[in-house]
Amino acid sequence: MKSITKNIRKRFKIKSTTDNLALARNFIKDAALEVGFTEEQAGKIILAADEAVTNVIKHAYKFSKNGEIILSVSFSNNKFSVSISDKGKHFDPKKIKEPNLKKYYKEKRVGGLGIYLMKKLMDEVKYSKSGDRNKVTLIKYLR
Amino acid sequence: MADFNVTKREVGDVSILDVNGFLDAHTAPDLENAFNNLIENKNYKVVINFSGLKYISSAGLGVFMAYVETMRDNGGDIKFSNLKDDVYNVFDLLGFPMLYEFYKSEDEAIAKYNRAK
Repeated sequence: MKSITKNIRKRFKIKSTTDNLALARNFIKDAALEVGFTEEQAGKIILAADEAVTNVIKHAYKFSKNGEIILSVSFSNNKFSVSISDKGKHFDPKKIKEPNLKKYYKEKRVGGLGIYLMKKLMDEVKYSKSGDRNKVTLIKYLR
Repeated sequence: MADFNVTKREVGDVSILDVNGFLDAHTAPDLENAFNNLIENKNYKVVINFSGLKYISSAGLGVFMAYVETMRDNGGDIKFSNLKDDVYNVFDLLGFPMLYEFYKSEDEAIAKYNRAK
């Protein structure tokens, strides 16, 4: 018999520096394990969230150290949702093409891999903008 | 804080980089430094031993993409060995097995260089 999982809602605020990536990963990991994902499933969610936070630091805040990033997780009806929001420069993920590794290799291009990974690792990836806040939401269903 | 370190060993004319811990956008510059050091010393035959690596994000994979051509242009390569399944899966998702050689053990990767002589 499967135990009834509890609903959760948590928030975690970090500054836009790469040394906070480890803290962000730990926050996501604890939440994912708490609601019943396996280590392997949690690993995928952690990586997707890391890619999203890295993109915010690189593209939205352009490595300036004082940006604010808010991570929120919620879980209900088997739906685990991680949202990452910032007040940095808006970037349109649709403008970033799916990477072609062979072409990347020839052109020595690095980047765009994170967005592709997020899509592969999660069930849904959504982008939204409200006022001066950009938000990416990563969704994984607990099956 | 993410802990990561990279150390270099030499087996004949092959350089082994042992990567340990967590490789992300914060720690990727340490790996770039290790590659810059290899290029300064003209060490182009490289094996990355992943046995101590617990985590990799695309920032880490980007480092290999940035340096592989220099190694290949100079008669070397970057070959990968001893990857844990979850680390290999990240490489696989991004299509790396199409362009890079992966080995179960470091010895097999070194042997490939030596056979090519």
